Amino acid sequence: MTIRLLVNGDPVELDVPGMRRLLDVLREDLVLTGTKEGCGEGECGACSVIVDGAVVDACLVPMSQVDGSVVRTVEGLAPRSVPAASVVHADSAGTGVASLDELQAAFLETGGAQCGICTPGMLMAARAYLDDGGGPDEGRIREAIAGNLCRCTGYTKIVEAIALVARGDR
Amino acid sequence: MTPRPSAATATTAAPDALIVPPATIAPGRAVTRPPLRREGPDKLTGAAKYADDLVFPGAWYGTTIRSTEPHARLVAIERSEDFDWSSVVLVTAADIPGENIVSLISDDQPVLVPVGGEIQHHAEPLVLLAAPDRATLRAAKRALRVRTEPLTPVFDPLTSDHVFAHYEIGSGDLDAGFAQADLILEGTYRVGHQEQLYIENNAMIAVPRDDGGVAVHGSLQCPYYVHKAMKRALGLTDTQAQVVQAETGGGFGGKEEYPSIVAIHAALLARKCRRPVRMIYDRHEDLAATTKRHPAVVTHRTGVRRDGTLVAQDIEVVMDGGAYCTLTPVVLSRGTLHAGGPYRCPNVRIRARATRTNTPPNGAFRGFGAPQTEFAAETHLNRIAEQLGLSPLAIRRRNVYQQGDLTPTGQVLRESVAGQEVLERAAEAAEFERLRGPEVGRRTSDRARLTHESALVTSGERIASGIGLALAWHGAGFTGSGEVHLASVASIELGGDGVVRVLTGSTEMGQGTKTIFPQLVSEALGIPYEAVEIAPQDTAIVPDSGPTVASRTAMVVGGLLLTAAARLRTTVEAATGGTFGATYADYARAHGPLRIDQQFEPYPGDAFDDTTYRGDAYPAFGWAACVAEVKVDLDTGEVAVTNVVAADDVGRVIHPVLAEGQVEGGTLQAVGYATIEEIKLDNGRYLNDRLATYLIPTALDAPRITSILVEAPFSGAPHGAKGLGELPMDVGAPAVVAAIHDATGVWIQELPATPERILAALGATAARPARSSGDAARTEAAVEAPIHAGTDPRPDAPTDPQPLRGPQPDERDEWPEWERRPEEPSR
Repeated sequence: MTIRLLVNGDPVELDVPGMRRLLDVLREDLVLTGTKEGCGEGECGACSVIVDGAVVDACLVPMSQVDGSVVRTVEGLAPRSVPAASVVHADSAGTGVASLDELQAAFLETGGAQCGICTPGMLMAARAYLDDGGGPDEGRIREAIAGNLCRCTGYTKIVEAIALVARGDR
Repeated sequence: MTPRPSAATATTAAPDALIVPPATIAPGRAVTRPPLRREGPDKLTGAAKYADDLVFPGAWYGTTIRSTEPHARLVAIERSEDFDWSSVVLVTAADIPGENIVSLISDDQPVLVPVGGEIQHHAEPLVLLAAPDRATLRAAKRALRVRTEPLTPVFDPLTSDHVFAHYEIGSGDLDAGFAQADLILEGTYRVGHQEQLYIENNAMIAVPRDDGGVAVHGSLQCPYYVHKAMKRALGLTDTQAQVVQAETGGGFGGKEEYPSIVAIHAALLARKCRRPVRMIYDRHEDLAATTKRHPAVVTHRTGVRRDGTLVAQDIEVVMDGGAYCTLTPVVLSRGTLHAGGPYRCPNVRIRARATRTNTPPNGAFRGFGAPQTEFAAETHLNRIAEQLGLSPLAIRRRNVYQQGDLTPTGQVLRESVAGQEVLERAAEAAEFERLRGPEVGRRTSDRARLTHESALVTSGERIASGIGLALAWHGAGFTGSGEVHLASVASIELGGDGVVRVLTGSTEMGQGTKTIFPQLVSEALGIPYEAVEIAPQDTAIVPDSGPTVASRTAMVVGGLLLTAAARLRTTVEAATGGTFGATYADYARAHGPLRIDQQFEPYPGDAFDDTTYRGDAYPAFGWAACVAEVKVDLDTGEVAVTNVVAADDVGRVIHPVLAEGQVEGGTLQAVGYATIEEIKLDNGRYLNDRLATYLIPTALDAPRITSILVEAPFSGAPHGAKGLGELPMDVGAPAVVAAIHDATGVWIQELPATPERILAALGATAARPARSSGDAARTEAAVEAPIHAGTDPRPDAPTDPQPLRGPQPDERDEWPEWERRPEEPSR
């Protein structure tokens, strides 16, 4: 079936089976591999993306459900061009630059990302929480990311990063 | 409190005064704001490429056909005539060009079970398939049948007569020791499997090389382990086998040895297909087939004087190795050497063995045998303290190793002994003695101490709170002469283009290798962090720096890099007459590239006899203390761990943010081990082999964790670092179990402390009132020291009657489909 949606602001038109997973379309058809697969059954949250403002597990969403939707992935967090006010850090090769939004920068500074595989999903859950007006309350932040498993950090620094942004300290 | 002179106590105010003068260790010290994670921006923007993110045009999909029985003879592999077998590639043991061996310690594990051979465990690899698309792959799997003849399986490690390894270490005179004892306490402690549960599953992509070899790109900890295993199974030369680490989404030991199997499988298919093959495990396959932490049964018989002084320890350790040897002898060795805990005792015997069962092989997991035996040691010591009416803190102060003490292998603890310091720091920060004191009622009602209310806690009226303490030691680096045998190499290259590059085989899997190596080298050379590049972990480029395991990366490989940097700096400065930072670019232009290879040299004065197990088991030890606070719902048995204070001596803190991250993450893995992480087995098969049924802590289950980093430097490493990753894993579980006891009055001697076990224990001791809110009956523990031999109250039958999830009929008939995706066209 033909499905039209907006992915990170770009209009996309696809002819795909209606039961194809949003996760596979993002990763394979659109080559947006920032969204990860950790379990394929909605337990780990590594594939979290924002669909029409709500956090969903992209491994559980068939394409037929997102016709006409607005989808946001980790690739859509940071501004594409680098405005003067945004945070700029050296990329891994130490040669170029990558622009990060305030949430990504807070994760980098607090140590909220270790192995990084849960990070894109964690960022999307946190972004949805903040966009919804979420504050720095630790308990509420923990609830907001309770569907996203992290095995590296113990969550302490992730919670700290989200609270920093919620407080406007970042 | 013991009046012994204590080096550790003397360091409380000024840790820098220990052993290594600060001026000589400046390179390893975080002197300014630590650098940001090197690969952080890529991970945060989604640009980082993990194995499954890599695109190789024309790649086929690979899969593994696995056994559905725990023990059987493989009689035949039958292909249906209704399927077009020319559309796929099939690999059996007969297609293996080299030896049918997964090369590790022993040669007992086959790459694939040959026809006529024995299947030794459920989910064992039998046949490999590759196809151009997933639908064809699924059809091929359905068209394949495996015929077997069942054999009798062995599941009990205690009765298994196939011994992978055994050790006996000891000192003093056990009988004389027990004769001096005022109290002799016995106890048996059990721990089960634990899954590493890295969030990225095992994954490997094999690509044929023009020279007849194969390159693999994948998720792994130890490039040269994979390299060696590929060479042997595929009959390849050093250059024909190439291993490239992709960004790796966590390891924790789980990607130490298993990636060798995945790589060989993918490589066999790629050679036969003559095209790239993607072997990407899904969570179900990863849980069902890959290694877990070894289950163990540990029995203690301990003699103590009335004042708490240990006089005799008789310890027996049995570990379940699973079906093949893997790393079991080394895991058992570390477990054995740590089994007594960090305590001075003149008369010790530790006997340990690991045996074979027909279950999937167990392997490396953070802590590597020590969490199992130290859980037993710490819980036993806490029970002894209770029997004697001593505080858990007091009995540890009396016995904890001090500088100059002798361990059971005859090792003199010459330096860097900080057991008491971490103990005091954690106890003080957590207000341990005040909270476990008479103010129980106040403590329970003081909600302000809680930073968040866990969803695990019901709104039930009967919630008891408790606090518990544990202490551990963890040998730094490889055991015994392991580092000497490894002979690791780390290199620094000053390129002709004037770029400084670090070349090591040490992998980044989240712990910070790619950040601390440039940090150490840039500080040693006096150039900016950004000026030091790090070469990719590709066996065609970097030397063998040993495996990225055993908390050895910062300590051993970081130490080699500092030595190499010093040599590089001296060479350049001698030639140019200026400082390295000001002149190295000119030097490179004038002299061309310069590479320094630094090989490991034994630490001075370090000696260990592998045959007698006497001597310096480790060059130094790290020390860890943990105080945990819990709330236990007395109606449901559920435990919420609310606060943890962890104090860890790492020798030298290189990067405080990354170091805290290790403590926090390791602590939460230990909390999971203590409370919810459990594998149920039925006929040798893991029942809860999905993430819906194997649970790990979420952000709501996680306690508020306070990390205290202690520095007692090790003089053998130029920066004084002793490693950190595994330390917090050793102490968390016994601290949580002690807190559960403090709250409820019951000892949980089998991990995890599930609601079922807690309710069963509460039921078994119903005559004893549990301490709930407002119940200040602390005097129970303050009885006069009883002079009697305690016995293990554990009943023979398991305490939890319900499996997490019963076997599902539709899953028992055949090995379940790995691919459970909706039907879709190929990529």
